[in-house]
Amino acid sequence: MPVLTAILLLPFLGALVILLVPSARVLAIKVVAAVAASGTLGLSLYVFLSYDHVRGGYQFIETYRWLPGAGISFHLGVDGISVPMVLLTGVIIFAGVFIAWNTALRAKDFFVLLLLLVTGVMGVFISLDLFFLFFFYELAVLPMYLLIGVWGSSSDFGTFIRTKEYGAMKLTIYLVAGSVLVWVGILAVYVAAGLGTFDMVALGRDALTPDLQRLVFPLFLVGFGVLAGLWPFHTWSPDGHVAAPTAVSMLHAGVLMKLGAFGIIRVGIGLLPQGAEAWMPLLMVLGTINVVYGAISALSQRDLKYVVGYSSVSHMGYVLMGFATLNPVGMSGAVLQMFSHGIMTALFFALVGFIYDRAHTRDITMFGGLAKRMGTTAAFFTVAGLTSMGLPGLSGFVAEFLVFVGTFQTYPLFGALGIAGAAITAIYILRLLARVFFGPLDPRWEGLSDPTRIETFASAVLVLVLIFVGLYPAPLMAAINSGIGPLLAGIPGAG
Amino acid sequence: MNLWLFLPEFLVAGLAFLILGTDLVLPPARKSLLAYGGALGLGGIMAATLTLQGEEARLYGGLFLVDGYALFFKEFFLLLGILILLASVEFVEKNLSHAGEYYGLILFSVLAMMLMTASGELLTAYISLELLSFCLYILASYGLHDPRSNEAGVKFILLGAFSSAILLYGLSLVYGLAGTTEFVAIAGVLGSGEDLGPGLLVGLVLVIAGFGFKVAAVPFHMWAPDVYEGAPLPITAYLSVASKAAAFALLLRLFAVAFMPAMDEWRGIMAGLAAVTMTVGNLVAIPQRNIKRLLAYSSIGQAGYLLVGLAALSPMASSGMVFHLAGFAVTNLAAFVAIIAYYNLSGKEDIPDYAGLAERSPLLATTLAVAFFSLAGLPFFAGFTTKFYLFAAAAREGLLWLVALAMVNSLISLYYYLLVIKQMYMVPPSEPGRLRVPGLLKGILVLLLFGIVIIGIYPAPLLEAIDGATRFLFP
Repeated sequence: MPVLTAILLLPFLGALVILLVPSARVLAIKVVAAVAASGTLGLSLYVFLSYDHVRGGYQFIETYRWLPGAGISFHLGVDGISVPMVLLTGVIIFAGVFIAWNTALRAKDFFVLLLLLVTGVMGVFISLDLFFLFFFYELAVLPMYLLIGVWGSSSDFGTFIRTKEYGAMKLTIYLVAGSVLVWVGILAVYVAAGLGTFDMVALGRDALTPDLQRLVFPLFLVGFGVLAGLWPFHTWSPDGHVAAPTAVSMLHAGVLMKLGAFGIIRVGIGLLPQGAEAWMPLLMVLGTINVVYGAISALSQRDLKYVVGYSSVSHMGYVLMGFATLNPVGMSGAVLQMFSHGIMTALFFALVGFIYDRAHTRDITMFGGLAKRMGTTAAFFTVAGLTSMGLPGLSGFVAEFLVFVGTFQTYPLFGALGIAGAAITAIYILRLLARVFFGPLDPRWEGLSDPTRIETFASAVLVLVLIFVGLYPAPLMAAINSGIGPLLAGIPGAG
Repeated sequence: MNLWLFLPEFLVAGLAFLILGTDLVLPPARKSLLAYGGALGLGGIMAATLTLQGEEARLYGGLFLVDGYALFFKEFFLLLGILILLASVEFVEKNLSHAGEYYGLILFSVLAMMLMTASGELLTAYISLELLSFCLYILASYGLHDPRSNEAGVKFILLGAFSSAILLYGLSLVYGLAGTTEFVAIAGVLGSGEDLGPGLLVGLVLVIAGFGFKVAAVPFHMWAPDVYEGAPLPITAYLSVASKAAAFALLLRLFAVAFMPAMDEWRGIMAGLAAVTMTVGNLVAIPQRNIKRLLAYSSIGQAGYLLVGLAALSPMASSGMVFHLAGFAVTNLAAFVAIIAYYNLSGKEDIPDYAGLAERSPLLATTLAVAFFSLAGLPFFAGFTTKFYLFAAAAREGLLWLVALAMVNSLISLYYYLLVIKQMYMVPPSEPGRLRVPGLLKGILVLLLFGIVIIGIYPAPLLEAIDGATRFLFP
């Protein structure tokens, strides 16, 4: 059975079916979305469980002719790096649909665009042809403008105003600007390799001479890096995430930023290993700035959602640091961090959404003692916070620990800076917990209540994944390691 | 000689006269029958033209060519003619008088475009081009009582005549040096290695400038925004899609067949023209308030992308250019038909008037959004696939810098398209009430949307047909 095509088509068909449902029948629309999302989760679990990590390499391969004249084929396949990403997407769209259950405004358009977004994301993770990878990469960006601009929320603190239209436009322009660099890079590889094909497997790891690799690699590093939140191109990310509606923030911070990181691995390091080697010291510096700068920025925010937004910038820094080590430990930590951060930040955004839906403000200074009225939310928030701080027993610990070990093996100084970043993380998370959830209950929040059963269910799924991976990371690590091995094989200095 | 080979041209000319004649006896209330009849007739001619498939002939010593390239474009223009006729009906009823001549002139211009793609010699090409231009001059000024339309007509005629003079002068220089006006023979002289002196360069520059006017390339684009804004809406659509496509079809054959051996002389000029055209077109589009002017400048930008294909001019690049042309035609037509439908319902054409369109008419808003995403080159839609293919082909010819500039331009264009999309989706409507698009336009819109998506995700059949057509340029 062509599983990967099914994973791609299921959310897409879901969107098509929703298009045919009259917009007044909101429940039917949501049920279709939920069925499509559950099916996607089921298929991605199936792919994850049946991926043979002992054999490694690309599996579930499908190839269809598309434009043979231009060297473009519809070539799908997953390896140990994309399998966890597919699973991550499945989990988050599943939770996301239920968290967006109460969307009232133009629900039809919302779920169509949401499912289209998932199609794009899945497509990037499973495409082995540069044309289609880029196709789906842009497809994932396209619905964002409308999703944020129509259903998002503005941030207004008197002196600090960010409208949702601003966030949407900024995000779109930044991401498409990044994709322009990626596009130039792809055509440069296509031309310089002279093989007349966009197939990444056929292009292999040394289609370009080392000099050309070093020349082209920065295009991919910065182009994909924009989406990964790479400093100094990260500023769209807090603005965009804050403006987006909850489910979209979850998908965006949870999965879309991982597309950028994934692009750096799959296209950058995968096609241009020697180029990667030359540029990795720079990435180490930038990634470390991401960690520390993101954490410090998070420390000084008043808007609850901006704290989470900047924490994403900070945590993506660990992913980039892990890449920059170019050793198996650091890289596998980075990929695990992609998964772990995806789940964690989705949970964060979901919980912030619960609070905002009920309190209609996200101003940290106005809260206090919410735990007394929103016990479940507080408990889940604590779990997400502890994951963010890298506490043992939760998925963040394993990931960050591996990244630190890898960094100390290669760049000890930056390892120390990274740990300093983790310390700042602890400060802003604890500050947030103390300010918002604990202490005496502010009387104006007497009327708040815990999330609905559907919302609790959706966020509980995320909490369980965080705990499960923290306690038993072996299955994920086995897959990831099988993908990292061949990736680093072509790099002389790696190891 | 086989007169059968002229079948499509004879039929279109006959149909045009038939429409003009019928107009004399038809009561004013039933003039729309002329458009339906014309569209039906063109549909029949499309089928009849297919009988010429596989025919290859050079008639009158190479004046008139029958080959796969001409055949492809003939079918293309017939299809565009049908769509424009049908999209015009309601607009003409509401806004214009003398419907019969309007439809007749559209048919004559279709004939002219068909002749342009079939001409294999400079003067035939020029005469066909003039036939097209004269039809368009009249059509652009068809809004008798609208001062903007009159201004558009006058501007169009003056600048058009001016550009024709330049083009003719260029052609005469080429003729003087080459001693022939036939494309293949010119290539023979240019390829003989004989030094033709600086006259050739001057001639080529003048030819490029003359055609630059016709395709509205910067710095010869000044007429376009005013004419686009003043002409009746369906004619604006026609100008931006069909006449541009015809000029590019002729340019491609002229440069690929006749001027190919002198490529080193003109390649840099063409690349520079492409760079300036797309950059200026897209930058100036940003501050526009009128949607027709916005699309006029965006079409100028698109002409820049097409010129990239001309600057690369490999077999793959020319396929890419025709491919992008086809995708652009479908996309731009979709945008214009939506704008026509909105104008018919509201009489408005400024961008702020589109506020809240997503609530008042989801179909129109979706069509415009999809068309704009496609024009900006976002995937799932025609623009992404055609641009990717065209740019890949140009990059292969060593024009990566130009391609990179074109991509940056796509980004700029996305910005102003998003501004319109923002009006439609994020700003609340200024007037309440849903808009009801009539069935015919609805059908055309759905068809064009379908076309945009099909070209975007399953382009193989179209591209195969195009490869089959451009093969004749590179024997």
